[in-house]
Amino acid sequence: MSKAEKEIFDAAPWHGKTKQYDFIKEGVIAVVVVALIVTFFSFLMGSPDDKPLTFKGWAVSNSDNFYATTVQELAGTSGTATYGAPYNKNGQGLNIGPLWLQRWAGVTRPIDTVNDFVIAPLSTQVMSTDIANAVSTWNAAPVSQQKTWATSYDDAITKAEGKISAVATGAYGPVPALAQGLTDMAKAGALDAALLSQGGFFQTDNTKQILFFGDGSYLDDAGTAANLQGGTWGMMNETGRYPGQAWLWLYSFWYQIPPFTNENSKPIGANADAYIMAIMGVMSLGLILIPIFPGIKTLPMRIPIHRGIWSEYYKSQGIKRSKRR
Amino acid sequence: MSEMWTAQLRKKWQKNLPIEKLLPDNQPAYVASWIYVFGVLTLSALAIIIASGIVLAFEGPAWYHYSSVGKFVNSTHFWSVQLFFVFMVIHLWGKFWMAAWRGNRMATWMTGAVAFVASIATAFTGYLVQTNFDSQWISFEAKDGFNSVGVGAWFTVTNLGQMLLLHVAFLPLILGVITVVHVLMVRKRGVVPPIDADATNTEVRS
Repeated sequence: MSKAEKEIFDAAPWHGKTKQYDFIKEGVIAVVVVALIVTFFSFLMGSPDDKPLTFKGWAVSNSDNFYATTVQELAGTSGTATYGAPYNKNGQGLNIGPLWLQRWAGVTRPIDTVNDFVIAPLSTQVMSTDIANAVSTWNAAPVSQQKTWATSYDDAITKAEGKISAVATGAYGPVPALAQGLTDMAKAGALDAALLSQGGFFQTDNTKQILFFGDGSYLDDAGTAANLQGGTWGMMNETGRYPGQAWLWLYSFWYQIPPFTNENSKPIGANADAYIMAIMGVMSLGLILIPIFPGIKTLPMRIPIHRGIWSEYYKSQGIKRSKRR
Repeated sequence: MSEMWTAQLRKKWQKNLPIEKLLPDNQPAYVASWIYVFGVLTLSALAIIIASGIVLAFEGPAWYHYSSVGKFVNSTHFWSVQLFFVFMVIHLWGKFWMAAWRGNRMATWMTGAVAFVASIATAFTGYLVQTNFDSQWISFEAKDGFNSVGVGAWFTVTNLGQMLLLHVAFLPLILGVITVVHVLMVRKRGVVPPIDADATNTEVRS
């Protein structure tokens, strides 16, 4: 048969031998079997549920890091403050060659780390005189002065290697008081809700909380401890001894090999997230379009795994493997 | 006078997918391998995912943190998703090695592959709405990937409300529709004949 005749034959209703096949019975049995397996694992293993991290936990367990991160938010040097789109215009974002998709998409979720992360949450509570004065002084100062205070203090903290008690005295304005005020607020457990609500009532967007968390070391350390970092196949891992999103193995795979592992390698390593997303997009499209790729669509004919699948049929019909592929 | 659209649709449906094709009680004799079971196993796991998901949706995302019943239902949701992917991947590989797109079945393969991709998106949003440490971690890490290609401007993985709505409403609807279309296509076209089968070896020998 020619290729065209074969295609017509494959498309036509089957006129050969048939057998009884009870779909409903098969379906019912399948549902019961799957339900039993699911019930077994649910009773035996349960499901992962590590408690979420809180700002209180961060501020209590690593007060200096929380404090230093707050100063970075005021100085505009934190990861969020320098991120770029979709949060602000302070970073150029990643690119794939001439495609600056991140920047082109624009700022759709604006975040001002100074006000959203520090000043607004502080203002939601009854402040001590020191903190109230610090907020007033900060708000009354020109932006250039605010920047000078916060940057000087941020530099001094870096010089003291993050140990707040070892920071040299200097002209830091109200910044130390603001950072201490937010640290105390977090320790009291009041910051989580204040960041979420931003003075409102209904809120379902945790973006500000998550981004603030990520600016410090608390979330990152917890991710490392749970073996969830990207460099260790973290995208497909789950906390505890549970299977994670194993179906993301190919996505995770790219993060394990050069040049994607080297942040300093340009253009790909430095833009690994964008390149890997593009690769996965193309591969997903490729999976959908397999039937039109000449080299791939004929692969099943050339590698005789189908001989095992239809072994009974081939045996009954005495069909030997074709050599005309 | 042109025929009513309703009548046209009914006739077209009856021609392409009569009830005998939709719910047949026999199949070609070559349908005799364990690989054929994985399609229906995938659908079975999906049914349990939907059932447990409906219960979780009624009780809210925080229910399983404090209720033992909630924990169990959440566990059934979790494990049925794991099985769903195992079954679906085996089904997918099986259909690949059967070159199941032959005989005008290209759209059947494509809808199946789209369902696979849609399932990954649905499961991913599920991990984001667990309201536990894992969802905090995944949302922080995953945002960079989506932001880097501009998608993050609208698909905000750190926005619990958006992810919850996508996970329980929009994505299951998309996945459900694709799955139904996929199954109807399988029923319409029938199961692909074996590679190397042709008119000379289809004689009835029951």
